[in-house]
Amino acid sequence: MTGARSSTPGGVPVPIDMAPTTAAAGVTAVRFRSVHKSFGAVRVLRGIDLEVPTGQRLAIIGPSGSGKTTILRLAMTLERPDSGTIEIEGELLGQKRVGDRLVPDDERHLRQVRGKIGMVFQHFNLFPHMTALQNVMLGPVNALGLTRAEARTRGLELLHVVGLEDKADVHPRKLSGGQQQRVAIARALAMRPRIMLFDEVTSALDPELVGEVLTVIRNLAHETAMTMLIVTHEMKFAADISDRVIFMDEGVIVEDAPSSVLFTNPAHERTRAFLRAVLER
Amino acid sequence: MTFDVDYAIRILPTLLNATVVTFQATIWGMTFAVVGGLVLAILRMSRFRPVSATAGFYIEFIRSTPLLTQLFFLFYILPLYGLALSAFVTGVLALGLHYSSYTAEVYRAGITGVPRGQWEAATTLNLGPLQTWRLIILPQAIPPVIPALGNYLVSMFKDTPLLATITVLELLGTALTEAGLSFRYLEPITIVGAIFLALSLPSALLVRGLERRFATR
Repeated sequence: MTGARSSTPGGVPVPIDMAPTTAAAGVTAVRFRSVHKSFGAVRVLRGIDLEVPTGQRLAIIGPSGSGKTTILRLAMTLERPDSGTIEIEGELLGQKRVGDRLVPDDERHLRQVRGKIGMVFQHFNLFPHMTALQNVMLGPVNALGLTRAEARTRGLELLHVVGLEDKADVHPRKLSGGQQQRVAIARALAMRPRIMLFDEVTSALDPELVGEVLTVIRNLAHETAMTMLIVTHEMKFAADISDRVIFMDEGVIVEDAPSSVLFTNPAHERTRAFLRAVLER
Repeated sequence: MTFDVDYAIRILPTLLNATVVTFQATIWGMTFAVVGGLVLAILRMSRFRPVSATAGFYIEFIRSTPLLTQLFFLFYILPLYGLALSAFVTGVLALGLHYSSYTAEVYRAGITGVPRGQWEAATTLNLGPLQTWRLIILPQAIPPVIPALGNYLVSMFKDTPLLATITVLELLGTALTEAGLSFRYLEPITIVGAIFLALSLPSALLVRGLERRFATR
């Protein structure tokens, strides 16, 4: 990192070149083509077609069980689609084409494609047997092949970005939920993903800790050009941060619109009912 | 028949020497069981069905047959197929094989106890399967099961007298040899019991200490 920095109003300085964004604007970062997924008898996704251009901030909203999280889990290869394909920057994810058939991808190529994606979970999933810094260094050392010294520098820098450089040597159980989630964000960023997936990252937090996590993500959105897919129940946050929103219900995309339109003037009755319900809470 | 203290003192050094063999059998057997059990547990949890099913069958098979039978099988049957091992090595092999099927289940409990989110976080960091096991799963799965492994260590220690049946001169075998010469059984066998007690009790206390230590994590 060359250390070019800028500050956001009231925010933490973010190294500008944190996420490489060499792909030209207009390239499709994530593309789902008629993706279906069932768990047992439950049809979670019923034919999802979705195209997310590079650099877009896409918010995915909808009632629980509507399939929003499954979209992220499929993009992270934590689940496999029953049918349909997923492409990351034009490359098939988890599959490869042999003749006119699709077969499971080989591990090497799968990891290469997956390396473009980072994910932050609702329940943080930090490694409890490691300090905050060790959590952040793990991926760069073991998957990216950085030296420990390089990974350490990057790790401390990212802990600084999330405002936790003084907690580098602390184990997760000694951190608050908000702090744990910020470490988890730093850990995901350390892999230099081009696409970040945020899966209900504030849902497990006490209300007073939600703000610090959202601030970190807002700063990232301002300071980097990363593509972001954000599943959230925080409607104000979604409206602030996203360029585009999709509203999902029962495994289908019901409405897909720029966030300025969807939140103020939703076209579908189901979207209106959902927004009314969550905003009145 | 009264306890002959002089005789007891006379045979004590011989028996203490034999305790070293008992120790060696336990240490080697446990090393085998600690490593073998881990390998079995990981095979047992393989996503590739034929591997997990074979490992599962093996574990159940070993757990459902007596150690003494396995011991005789290895000692009398293997040589027929050209694999003639010393009695001591055969004994260690039997202890290790037998106990690895138990430690495998202990490890499995530990591994199952690691939340699924840990595997998923490893995937998001693009770690390979081996890295995930080594860096994420095992460091969390093993500490909680160390007391259970310790219990099996004590258990195995107390099973070593079975090796006397295949001519290993460990503690009991040596005592029986002594008794065969003097026709006095009271002293040798009593000393054997006392030595086992003297070694097992502290080990059991140690295991309880480990339990307390790892319970607080």
